Amino acid sequence: MKEVLMPIAYPTKGSVGNTGLWRTLKPVINYEKCTKCFICWMYCPEAAILAEDKPVILYDFCKGCGICANECPVKAINMIKEV
Amino acid sequence: MGIVNILGKKEILMPGNPSCPGCGLALGLRYALKALGENTILIVPACCTSIVLGPYPKSSVGVPVFNIAFAAAASTAAGMSEALDLMGRDDINVVVWAGDGGTVDIGIQALSGAAERNNNIIYICYDNEAYMNTGIQRSGSTPRHAWTTTTVLGKKEPKKFLPLIVASHNVPYVATASIAYPQDFIQKLKKASSIKGFKYIHLHTPCPPGWRFPSDKTVEVARLAVLTGVWILFEIENGRLRLTGPSRNLVDKRKRLPIEKYISIQGRFKHISKEELEKIKEDVDKLWHTLIQYSSKENIEKQ
Ligand code: SF4
Ligand code: SF4
Ligand code: SF4
Repeated sequence: MKEVLMPIAYPTKGSVGNTGLWRTLKPVINYEKCTKCFICWMYCPEAAILAEDKPVILYDFCKGCGICANECPVKAINMIKEV
Repeated sequence: MGIVNILGKKEILMPGNPSCPGCGLALGLRYALKALGENTILIVPACCTSIVLGPYPKSSVGVPVFNIAFAAAASTAAGMSEALDLMGRDDINVVVWAGDGGTVDIGIQALSGAAERNNNIIYICYDNEAYMNTGIQRSGSTPRHAWTTTTVLGKKEPKKFLPLIVASHNVPYVATASIAYPQDFIQKLKKASSIKGFKYIHLHTPCPPGWRFPSDKTVEVARLAVLTGVWILFEIENGRLRLTGPSRNLVDKRKRLPIEKYISIQGRFKHISKEELEKIKEDVDKLWHTLIQYSSKENIEKQ
């Protein structure tokens, strides 16, 4: 049988690299305030927050959109300027 | 951990994909893949998602994707579902994931055909209310008076409301959803996946660059669309319409938030006059009226 070349793309984290480099503002969780409700995890469009025993942000990929900070019911996430 | 268990931890849409910061469709796709699981094939016509899926040889999602021309998504999915049926595979979700341009304008003919034949597919239209990928040109789904690059003074025509057009094909399931209410969306997806035949879900997905609002407001804008009554959550199962989520309590107009709250947060409505605002309100009232009529008619028939 003739060989057929199949152009298949494979699932990869960071399909366009470390999108964390896009960030101008960085979300930082204040764990003293955080109630572990995981609303930030639910609404992160990037899936850049891990639901461990507390929410953990993956800074390699977080684009700094700020949705997590905007949606956090106790304002436990601060958006800090990247330097 | 309640919501984590409801939504599920597994991420099939992977981080580090090319969606814009705060992208509504990316959030919607993340939810959809959580609900439908890995036994899913996505059929994607040209739209923002074609980019979000990542550049070859990498893919941003852990399911097979078939990229297809604008007009052909529903017919491709129909063929695929027929083939899977012949192979005896009834455990796979064949899902069209298409933007509003590829659905309400360019894809409507294939969509209507598949709906008429009652092909066993789930068609999800994510509605960012314009051709965002090519530079914010107006689509049939752009609402009245919204700015786009081709309607610089605001669109003159009202939004084409596709869910009711699809419903008039007598398909088993039609629903609307919003990224601000993931539990509602996920319930609808799971229901759709359990029904044989043509299922249609129209998902409201705000877009920060296209609607001209800051990227942290995406969920807030989506929520305001529902709470002001501009976007109405419902499902139509075998011809019966049922309001869902917060929309259940918004039939009484006085319970809705003022539409200004939704309009003023978005730059695409910055230019509108008082008269134009009234016209937008009129459109919303009309849609509610139609939906209420639709539901009561069905309810009367059932009695
Ligand atoms: S939304 Fe706020 S309180 Fe809830 S888990 Fe996230 S940081 Fe903590
Ligand atoms: S800033 Fe945006 S991308 Fe980053 S963790 Fe928050 S919601 Fe996710
Ligand atoms: S243009 Fe809008 S819909 Fe398209 S990827 Fe960007 S935010 Fe998402």
